[in-house]
Amino acid sequence: MTADPRAAVSDELGAAQPIIEIRDLVTHYGDREILSGVSLEIQRGEIMVIMGGSGSGKSTLLRHMLRLERPTSGSVRILGREITTMSEFDFYALSRKMGVAFQGGALLSSMTVGENVMLPLRERTSLDPETIRIMMRLKLEVVNLAGFEDLMPAELSGGMIKRAAFARAVAMDPLLLFCDEPSAGLDPVVSRSLDELIVRLRDALGMTIVVVTHELDSAFRIADRITVLDNGEILAIGTVEEVKNSPNDRIQSLLHRRLRETEPDPEEYLARLTGAQKRA
Amino acid sequence: MAPNRTRSAGLRAVEATGRGTARLLDTFGYAMSLLSQSLYWLALGPRHGQKVRVDSVFAEMMEVGIHAIPIVSLLTFTIGIVLAIQGIDLLRPFGAEQQVGIGVALGATREFAPLITGILVAGRSGSALAARIGFMTINEEIAALEVMGINPIRFLVAPALLAMIVMLPALTIMADFVALLGAGLYIAADLGMTMSAYMAQTLDTLDVDDLMHGLSKSAIFAVVVTVIGVVEGANVTGGAEGVGRATTSSVVKSISAIVLTDMFFVFVAAR
Repeated sequence: MTADPRAAVSDELGAAQPIIEIRDLVTHYGDREILSGVSLEIQRGEIMVIMGGSGSGKSTLLRHMLRLERPTSGSVRILGREITTMSEFDFYALSRKMGVAFQGGALLSSMTVGENVMLPLRERTSLDPETIRIMMRLKLEVVNLAGFEDLMPAELSGGMIKRAAFARAVAMDPLLLFCDEPSAGLDPVVSRSLDELIVRLRDALGMTIVVVTHELDSAFRIADRITVLDNGEILAIGTVEEVKNSPNDRIQSLLHRRLRETEPDPEEYLARLTGAQKRA
Repeated sequence: MAPNRTRSAGLRAVEATGRGTARLLDTFGYAMSLLSQSLYWLALGPRHGQKVRVDSVFAEMMEVGIHAIPIVSLLTFTIGIVLAIQGIDLLRPFGAEQQVGIGVALGATREFAPLITGILVAGRSGSALAARIGFMTINEEIAALEVMGINPIRFLVAPALLAMIVMLPALTIMADFVALLGAGLYIAADLGMTMSAYMAQTLDTLDVDDLMHGLSKSAIFAVVVTVIGVVEGANVTGGAEGVGRATTSSVVKSISAIVLTDMFFVFVAAR
């Protein structure tokens, strides 16, 4: 074993090579095609936001990167290695370099916050319990949850659960961090603090971060590059400015949908409320 | 015209039967793979640096075994008394009520203690396992374990299986004694037999095979209850309501499976 996993990886992989490389990914649920030929490269140290409405296939794409789903065809390479066909034990070794913050936190509800954060350290390292405890406190400190280690997940607020999930995701100092809808269901202030946390983690620890979200504000705040996904297809990959200024109609309608929805035709709105037929 | 519209009702029935059988085989295969993977992790986990944690096995044992002692004692004590009452009632016309201890001893150790214990554990712990795994599935906790490189079968199923296999027979031994005690107290009171005479009669009747018959059955029940609980939990869809459905269905299926396994076992072992 090499002492520093980062060094080992840069040996395996040229610095210019993408850390995640997805080629022509096609996948189905039953007869329905969810992803139709998605190709995407994510570079080391960037924050890549995968954006799309519900049903766009963004969560499915994430689940493929985590090997929770297998594609119909196509390839997913992480750190230069094909994960769709590798053995369970090879993926076990690779998963050490990946951390995931799930949408609902996915903290084990039978354990305290501290035990949740310590879980990957206990299961995957041979560190002594005292060191693990110190590392747990360190990670909770990073996400501003110091002192909450003895609480059960059910005793935390939504924002705190997400932050605890971040602490657990970075417990092993991963190279790659995946975040599923970090700001969903949170008020704007808490959501903004989570965005800041994501940027801080990248800046402080040099992680590559993949964020899946449907929140435009959050996406524009944190992204280095944005991938816009709609109906299982990639509409655009580019910087925040490039995506904002894209001439593509579908992108513009995705970006302005929210604006449109807040300005309904007053007469139509009234008719909808009263249940009356709209006058011809 | 779609071909399936022209199919006869008979053909459709055959098709439905085939589909149902395939689904049943699929579930059975999944159950067997769960079982073999659990045994694999129990035996070879340490070699991969992923051992099954002793503390979680003990935690499960406390829950499955120790916490079940009061209710198992209460019910098997009652069953012991019931067996004694029925036995005396049955034998009195023949003037043979002094022999009631023989029937009670065999009935309790071979049948009632393992069966009642198995059913109670299915209701208490099999359902809890289904609910827990089901909730963890919909809450993405299982997915989280997988991406953390923590095999959910090793982490959740193997400790539960080991705890069940140890504790269900252990509870059954206790149930044997409690049922015999309940019966003995009633017989002593009703027939004026001394406890030592009753004990002598019981020890005379029972041999090791009778105890082993009950214990082997309870070990099989342990496997059945665990596997059904995990399969039901892992297949949960549809949120909280789905967890409720899985819990109910795990209890119904475990108890049915216990009774059917019991009959099969007795048929093979006792003839």
